[in-house]
Amino acid sequence: MKVEQISIFIENKSGRLAEITRILGESGINIRALSLADTSDFGILRLIVNDVETANRVLKEKGFTVNKTEVVAVEVPDRPGGLGAILQTLDTEQINVEYMYAFVERCGGNAVIIFRFDETDKAIDVLKANNFSVLAGERLYSM
Amino acid sequence: MYFNEEFETLPRPALEALQLKRLQAVVERVYANVPFYKASFDKAGLRPADVRSLDDLQRFPFTTKQDMRDSYPYGLFAAPLEEVVRIHASSGTTGKPTVVGYTHKDIETWSELMARSFMAAGAHRGDIIHNAYGYGLFTGGLGAHYGAERLGASVIPISGGNTKRQIMIMQDFGSTVLTCTPSYSLFMAEEARAEGIDFKKLKLRVGIFGAEPWSEAMRGEIEAKLNLSAIDIYGLSEIMGPGVAIECIEAKKGLHIWEDHFIPEIIDPATGQRLPEGERGELVITTITKQGIPLIRYRTRDITSISYEPCVCGRTHARMSRMSGRSDDMLIIRGVNVFPSQIESILVGIEGVEPHYLLIVDRKDNLDTLEVHVEVDEGLFSDEIKMLQLLAKRIEKEIKDVLGITCTAKLVEPKSIQRSEGKAVRVIDKRRF
Repeated sequence: MKVEQISIFIENKSGRLAEITRILGESGINIRALSLADTSDFGILRLIVNDVETANRVLKEKGFTVNKTEVVAVEVPDRPGGLGAILQTLDTEQINVEYMYAFVERCGGNAVIIFRFDETDKAIDVLKANNFSVLAGERLYSM
Repeated sequence: MYFNEEFETLPRPALEALQLKRLQAVVERVYANVPFYKASFDKAGLRPADVRSLDDLQRFPFTTKQDMRDSYPYGLFAAPLEEVVRIHASSGTTGKPTVVGYTHKDIETWSELMARSFMAAGAHRGDIIHNAYGYGLFTGGLGAHYGAERLGASVIPISGGNTKRQIMIMQDFGSTVLTCTPSYSLFMAEEARAEGIDFKKLKLRVGIFGAEPWSEAMRGEIEAKLNLSAIDIYGLSEIMGPGVAIECIEAKKGLHIWEDHFIPEIIDPATGQRLPEGERGELVITTITKQGIPLIRYRTRDITSISYEPCVCGRTHARMSRMSGRSDDMLIIRGVNVFPSQIESILVGIEGVEPHYLLIVDRKDNLDTLEVHVEVDEGLFSDEIKMLQLLAKRIEKEIKDVLGITCTAKLVEPKSIQRSEGKAVRVIDKRRF
């Protein structure tokens, strides 16, 4: 039930983001979700793509530092309090959210949020036990 | 004005006769007491009796910083530890410092040479000497302190840092002489201006600046901003500490080396051959009166030239020109000696770091700055910002812990540091001396 995300280290200088999207585009990679975390000196671009292996390979070939991380995609009811309920459950079980970001597309009537947890397996168990919908990677990549 | 007129103005023939007598004695002493020198002289096929003239010194092998490191901590001491009353140290490339020991007589000699230096710079009894060199293992603070006391001046042992307080004390105590690094003096001037304090209203008359290279342009700036006469002083812990050489206020043209205690030579750093007067090369010093740790032909790695021309001040001692660089890759950052290899070993020690790095040294607001660029490879990379920030903080902390200097660690993309043919470029020094 885990989703593979790739992260890329980027120095804060102009044109780096454009360079990455160009490389991915030319390799036929479709970006499904993304988040950019930045500091004054550097940033981390996190991506969910339709073809993790190819994306990883082509970026490494171009000299980027890339790693793969397992994250969790959760369907969130698209209504007030939808996200709050999930976060409350995680908090009760003392699961720490390292970061999170929203998926580009909706899944039926629901939004999709990507989470990075400190304890990924435990988080999945807790979410399922509380009847939240955790999406499989294969489903996401092809959405 | 001389502190020790007889010796400072000794006619050259008498000075050279004294040097020879002292050289013969020191060569004999180290041969008898320091196994390192016995082995080194034996290997060169030399005996102490082979020193018949000052020229014979050229036949003797050099002593290097590496020799001192290999002898860590006390291997080069020529006096027993119970006669050593003070120990100082400078940083070394392996993380082990270079250790030097002073006997009571060495402290007396050092104090006298610093007192002579103060006098040559135009300071005298009755002056209030504001000593902002650091006190501790570094020789600057205590060296200047003992010299100031020996001179008979009043010394304020304020050490470095806490600039606002420094300025307040200079104002309130009526400091007349300032001793610190040249860059710190300019930093003080900026701070004072920000506080609305005019240096022209202070009583400072003379500044004695050393421990880092500086230029004539910087002298002009310091003299204008601090309203004092700026004097260049030279020294290194291996030889003694501050006061090995100093400019006289009369000429301000070259630093008099106290030749009745040190024999200077200039060599070609590549061949080791002695160079004639006036030619630029590496300064080599033989200490001829030191008891604790006498050094024969110590390679300072500092690049300068020597002139024996008579000076208007009347001192007969040779003068070295302003230091213009190093024959090794040592950097002097805020008065601290830093070798790129020290930073490299710190980075290697941090797990996973691919030690491809670049040091960028600059001077901002008159203070040296160090930026350490480290390429982030897969071993180091994390998808979490806080992990990368922790990595940068850890690099900064370890450099601070080992070298005692504050730096900024900057994480950069792999291959973003330019590769060059042959020797890697590890340092970009943007400072202008």
